[in-house]
This record gives sequence, structure tokens and C-alpha cells, in this order.
Amino acid sequence: MSFEPATADTPLVEIRGLRFLRGSRPIFDGIDMDIEAGKVTAIMGPSGTGKTTLLKLIGGQLRPDAGTIRVDGQDVHRISRKALYELRRRMGMMFQSGALLTDLTVFENVAFPLREHTDLPESMIRALVLMKLQAVGLRGANGLMPSELSGGMARRVAMARAIALDPMMIMYDEPFTGQDPISMGVLVQLIRKLNKAMGLTSIVVSHDVAETASISDYIYVISQGKVVEHGSPQNLGRSDSPWVRQFMDGLADGPVPFHFPAPTLAEDLLGPA
Amino acid sequence: MNGLQWLGASALGFFRRLGRGHLFFLDTLVALPANWLRPRLIVQQTYAIGVLSMIIIVVSGLFVGMVLALQGYNTLVDFGAEESLGVVVALSLVRELGPVVAALLFAGRAGSALTAEIGLMKATEQLSGMEMMAVNPISRVIAPRFWGSFLSMPLLAAVFSAVGVLGGYFVGVGLLGVDEGAFWSQMRDKVDFHDDVMNGVIKSIVFGVVAGWIALFEGYDAVPTSEGVSRATTRTVVHTSLAVLGLDFILTALMFGE
Repeated sequence: MSFEPATADTPLVEIRGLRFLRGSRPIFDGIDMDIEAGKVTAIMGPSGTGKTTLLKLIGGQLRPDAGTIRVDGQDVHRISRKALYELRRRMGMMFQSGALLTDLTVFENVAFPLREHTDLPESMIRALVLMKLQAVGLRGANGLMPSELSGGMARRVAMARAIALDPMMIMYDEPFTGQDPISMGVLVQLIRKLNKAMGLTSIVVSHDVAETASISDYIYVISQGKVVEHGSPQNLGRSDSPWVRQFMDGLADGPVPFHFPAPTLAEDLLGPA
Repeated sequence: MNGLQWLGASALGFFRRLGRGHLFFLDTLVALPANWLRPRLIVQQTYAIGVLSMIIIVVSGLFVGMVLALQGYNTLVDFGAEESLGVVVALSLVRELGPVVAALLFAGRAGSALTAEIGLMKATEQLSGMEMMAVNPISRVIAPRFWGSFLSMPLLAAVFSAVGVLGGYFVGVGLLGVDEGAFWSQMRDKVDFHDDVMNGVIKSIVFGVVAGWIALFEGYDAVPTSEGVSRATTRTVVHTSLAVLGLDFILTALMFGE
């Protein structure tokens, strides 16, 4: 498997004119994005803006209605199934739920990609799995079943599994949602540390503004199918777009209205039952 | 107009699903041979699907055989033909009841479990997760389970028929006093290996394919919510039962119709 690292001037992931419809409702309507190799790039936006969908598009699980996504120079939706699977071996993904295989132990979950894709001897698999689990601080939990883990631990196991094959990039889907402050802090640290230690490219999809901004090199803010702002966390913090302000400062009302679109209250209350 | 729209939409939905089902079946068929490189997966599933269904198959087979003997005896004795009881019991089981009832029980015991398992794997993103690890869930999850039902079904049907014959023997010979020699020798004379036994085996192979296909597809295509999985499980049992009974008629007409 030849692997030329993306250089500084060609981004690892290049999204152009991305359009994706769910039914007739556009989720993305002309998105352009560059994700630089070696960086932590955050994609932020309110819930329901299709951030997870974007990761599934990058991973080739969904097909866009228009536009292209190139990962490491290859158009994800044009290459053969075999090439796509080859590419996916070099992408890790951490699902919000962890998506661990519930009938396997923590150890076997992390060993799963190694067993599926390599013929390594058992001793080597054991060493690799324990190293990956050590990296996320869960070596001691290797005998537990996924049902015995807390949400934060499950995500860390999923992280260990995502890096089992030493990928070039890793995608995190809402890594911080619903975590207590301690596990949140652990996850924040881990994403940054793993990115550096393993020379990864990380994409973090999140709506936790402070945590995400503290570890990312570059941020895209999306809303209603478009990129509304992008830049370094510092630049975004200074942005005076009312939309970005509302999102970054967590204001209830603003360009994104508090109310879901509806007829006026009077009309609704007095209308036919 | 709304009624017409509804009709059109449901027809389109039906054919879309039918198409997805066939593509799914094709994908599964393509993935089947490679599974033999990892026989452990097939053995595991055959155990979960087949061996664990044994109890219900054995108990049901026993009682069905016993009832057959009781009912058959009451009719035959009027004609003084009670010595043909063995033939009646064996032919009914081997040709019809073995494959059909075993398949119906299989749908309830193993099919529903398969659908719920796959549906929940989908709902908890385990299938998506596999895909992102470059592991094809069709070959890793679906194909071994398909092998499991394909291999189990004929064996379960055979066990059902064998135990049923024994049940008929206990009631007929033990309880009602049919001559033991006549019971067995007439059965041996009148039950043809090719026409009766093999046709039953062919039926159960077809039922195994259909039951596995429906159960796995319903799980794979389930709406990934608790309600969706519960509906899919119900559909598995209903569709498999209807398909088995319908196919049984067609197969019987082809095999035994002159």
C-alpha cells in the first residue's frame, strides 16, 4: 500500500460544491471545505445541521447529490468499492455512541480491525491492542464488556479502536456530548494528544463551543446548509457576524430564531382543532 | 386524489423494498463463498441458529407425531387398515409437516432473533461502524447467519420428522396396540426415498433460504428505532410464515401434482 502524505498545499480532505438532500430538504447546499493534514479541524453548528451526515459523506457511506469530496487525492464517490475500503482502512471514525460491538469484550473490540485486516500473530495483536488501550488510559478495562462501560469510557475504547490500524485521519462525531466535566476534559486532551503523537489529521464535529475551540487549529461553522464562517479559533472569537456571535456566545434568540417556523400563535390557537 | 396518491406511494414503496431485498440477496450470495475461509463464524451461527432451536423442534415434533397417530388411527381403524398407521404418520411428516412446521417454528424462534439482532446492530451504529472500519457487514455479519439458517433448516426438518415418527410409534404401537412389525415394515415399503424423503429435503432447503433471507433483510432494512425493530421482527414472522405456506403449495404442486 503506497501512501504519500498530503503536502502542505494540498489539503487531505477537499470538499467542493457539496450538495446533499434528504427528501427534498437540502441538508448541504454548496459547501466548500479544506481540511489540512496534521491539523485538528472542527466543524461546528447547531444540532440538526447535518454534521454527522457530513462525516458519513466523507467516509463514503452516503452519496452527495452534487459536488465532490476528495480524501488524500481520491474522489470518495467515484472510486471502486475496493478502493473505497482501502481508503477507509486509513480513516478512523469515532461514533457518538461509540458503536462498539456489544458481543465482544473491550480487548476484542480494539483487536477487531486488526483481526479483520491483518494476519498478525496473536502475541502481536495483544501487544498492539494493549498499547492502543494504554494510550486512552483503559488498558485495565480490557476484559470488560461494552455494557459495563460508561459513555465516556465507551468513546475512549472507540478511539483506541479507531487508531488500531494507525490511520492517517480520524473523525470524531460529537465526542463531548453528554459527558461529565472530567471525562470531557479527558476526551479533549486525548484528541489533541493523539493528533500530535500519531501524526494524525483530526476532524471534530461538535457543538460544544469552548471545548472544541480550545483544541482546534481551524474551525468551520455551518448553518442551514452553508458554511457561515471559517477561520482560526482566535479569528472566529473576534468575528462580528451576528450568527457566529449567537452560536459562540450561546444566545437563545438571534439570527437563529428561538421558535421553530410556525403560523402566528393567535392563528394556531384560534384555528380549527 | 389523496386515495390515488396513497395507492401510488404505497405501490412505489413496495417495489422499492422488493428491489432492495433482491439486491441485498444478491450481495449476500456474492459474499457467501468467502465465508468458508473463516469457518468459525459459520459454526458459531449454526450453533446459535440451529442447535439452540433443537428443543422447540424436538418437543413439537414429538407431539405432532403423537397427534397424527391418534387421529390417523381413529380413521384407519374404521377400514381395518390400522396397520398402515406407520405409513400415514411417516408420509405426512416427511413430505409436509416436517419441512413446513419446522420452518414455521424456525421463523418464530430463530428468524425473529436474527431480525432483532441485526436491527439493533443497525440502530446502535455497529453496522455503520464496521463499514467505517472497512469491514463489509454483509460478509462479516449477514453471510455467516445466512449459512447458519441454510445449513440448519434441512437438519431441523429432518430431526422434526424423525422425532415425529417416534412419537407416532409410541402412541400407535405403545398405546393403541398397532402391530409393531406392520408399523415399521409398511413404512419401509411405502415411503420412497427419492419421491418422499428427498422432496421433503428440497422443500426444507428452499424454506431455509427464504427464512434466512427474510429475517436478515428485515433486520438490515429496519428503521433504526425501537419501534422500527419491533415492527421488523413482527414482519419477519408474518412474511416468513406466509412465504413458507405459499411456497409449500407451489413446491407440492410441482413435485406431487401429476
